[in-house]
Amino acid sequence: MEQTVQRDLYQQMVLIRAYEEAILREYHADKKPVFDIGAGLIPGEMHLSAGQEPVAAGVCAHSIPGDSVTATHRPHHFALAHGVDMKAMTAEIFGRVDGLGRGRGGHMHLFDPMTKFSCSGIVGEGLPVAVGQALAFSRRGTGNVAIAVAGEGAANQGAFHEALNLAAVWKLPVLFVIEDNDWGISVPRSAATSVPSNATRAQAYGIPGVRVEDNAVEAVYAAAGSAVERARNGGGPTLLEVHTLRLWGHFEGDAQGYRDDLEQVPGRDPIPGYEQHLRSAGVLDDAAVARIRGAAVELVEQAIDFAKSSPEPDPSTVGNYVFAQA
Amino acid sequence: MSSNAAPTRRLNTAKAMVEAIAREMERDEDVCVMGEDVGAYGGIFSSTTGLLERFGPQRVMDTPISETGFIGAAIGAATEGMRPIVELMFVDFFGVCMDQIYNHMAKIHYESGGNVKVPLVLTTAVGGGYSDGAQHSQCLWGTFAHLPGLKVVVPSNPADAAGLMTAAIRDDNPVVFMFHKGVQGLPWMAKNRRSIGPVPEGEHVVPIGKAAVAREGRDVSIVTLSLSVHHALDVAEELAAEGVDVEVLDLRSLVPLDTEAILATVAKTGRLVIVDEDYQSFGLSGEIAARIVEHDPGLLTVPIQRVANPDVPIPYARALEYAALPTPARIKAAVLKAVAR
Repeated sequence: MEQTVQRDLYQQMVLIRAYEEAILREYHADKKPVFDIGAGLIPGEMHLSAGQEPVAAGVCAHSIPGDSVTATHRPHHFALAHGVDMKAMTAEIFGRVDGLGRGRGGHMHLFDPMTKFSCSGIVGEGLPVAVGQALAFSRRGTGNVAIAVAGEGAANQGAFHEALNLAAVWKLPVLFVIEDNDWGISVPRSAATSVPSNATRAQAYGIPGVRVEDNAVEAVYAAAGSAVERARNGGGPTLLEVHTLRLWGHFEGDAQGYRDDLEQVPGRDPIPGYEQHLRSAGVLDDAAVARIRGAAVELVEQAIDFAKSSPEPDPSTVGNYVFAQA
Repeated sequence: MSSNAAPTRRLNTAKAMVEAIAREMERDEDVCVMGEDVGAYGGIFSSTTGLLERFGPQRVMDTPISETGFIGAAIGAATEGMRPIVELMFVDFFGVCMDQIYNHMAKIHYESGGNVKVPLVLTTAVGGGYSDGAQHSQCLWGTFAHLPGLKVVVPSNPADAAGLMTAAIRDDNPVVFMFHKGVQGLPWMAKNRRSIGPVPEGEHVVPIGKAAVAREGRDVSIVTLSLSVHHALDVAEELAAEGVDVEVLDLRSLVPLDTEAILATVAKTGRLVIVDEDYQSFGLSGEIAARIVEHDPGLLTVPIQRVANPDVPIPYARALEYAALPTPARIKAAVLKAVAR
């Protein structure tokens, strides 16, 4: 693999991690000593994507302008990797007027028409939507691809099966990405999913299914690259499942008492391992690592400052945007 | 019709709908049709007859029986600038796809702070009266109207079906277009005599949110919609001979609800009968009553009469179903009660 690609993948993952660490800090800053989910600068549920960076970085390295992403309730890594404006996204997470949705969406409802990014708080909801985006791309012959992201729990939803079937029947340019982080909140995959790999389920719809083990960003990059190329060339949809890692809780405030693998989790963090790999290969050295990390933190802190400085929405505007005006 | 009116032909409601769709498909290549049996069959209730032959399978797409899949896909296509008309064959089938409708289609514009539009029309057949049972006979417009973010139109006649369809396709919001099987003018179902009527030639737009006075009268107002408009008109004609002058207001849409028109007719007559084929409780009839009372309880000189489904699943047996439907007999009784006769 080209060293520039390796460096980009690493840089993307570091940026995402820096972002999630900053949101983690801001989220909890004013929820102490007693955790109150509705309190503080960032209220509400917060699902952070630390540990799942290889999926977003590896997949979105292939997205080009005009490609779409429908993401999940855990959306930040894909939003950043797909190029959503970090400041507007952060302002939305803080519920401010300069946010992507002017404070009406929140962290699970980020909509960015510039990059065709959207996400949803309902498990599996974005999968059929991606099929429709792909239909529009196909009809217009743009060569674009719709990337539909879901967790392994969503692969047990009807919407998943309906979307795969429809995309296959209509042979549309969709890349279905399943992030298998082993857990549907507190229920292990083994208790919820009838097959060890969702790639198997792709066969049921006559489309290719690929599973990447070990949360390996380069393997994700390679598999996604083939699938995206196939889709752009009219070959139809692919299902890509990545065995990834939920480094933190389902949401903030989740003590994870149900999680028997908790002690091993920090050791499975994908970023230190990849960094070591790139150091050994001579792609990174101390200076490069420090530079990449420093640049990421600086960008993230600028976004946080921007969000905090943006005004809160005027309550009298609560009724705005229910309908589009003619 | 007066001699100086726009030229018209007589069409049934289904043909008027299709004509409006076809005209918009000619005008805008982003308009497409998708749903179950919308292609070669032409729509189970003739809502898409002839469109496949005219526009081809790229623009008139039969879908799998997979409402979550294809209604979700219509949302995605709409956010990408297409203007899909997507058919939910019977409104009763909303149960398998309500997440896409309620949690997604209706909310995207708001959640995005107005940055993402969802210009689609969700067409769906409503209503009973032909023994199709509890899962194929509901109206449910109150359910859809309850959810913020969806416009809900309910035409009662061919001209309005054409005009509201044109407006719905051009609207940048998701519009639920609910057509009653009993006004489609289908050859295989007892036809309401007004299911065939004059439709203006050429472009015809009926703005969404404006009720129509279907019949002027002085003594009592019937506020209603869809097939029940025709029952109300029949009752009004019958009662005219008995000296009761009935005004009939056809709402034409639930969202937006034309509150001004409701207040105007009630202010005029002081007596109100609400006829609603949907379930009575927690629905349109209660909403109408609330809006009047919020404005001025003194407008009403006698208590409101409601003629609606008495909160029962639609029964199969004819005698039972017609005990649940807002029949002309029930409407007439309510009107006579309102005028104390």
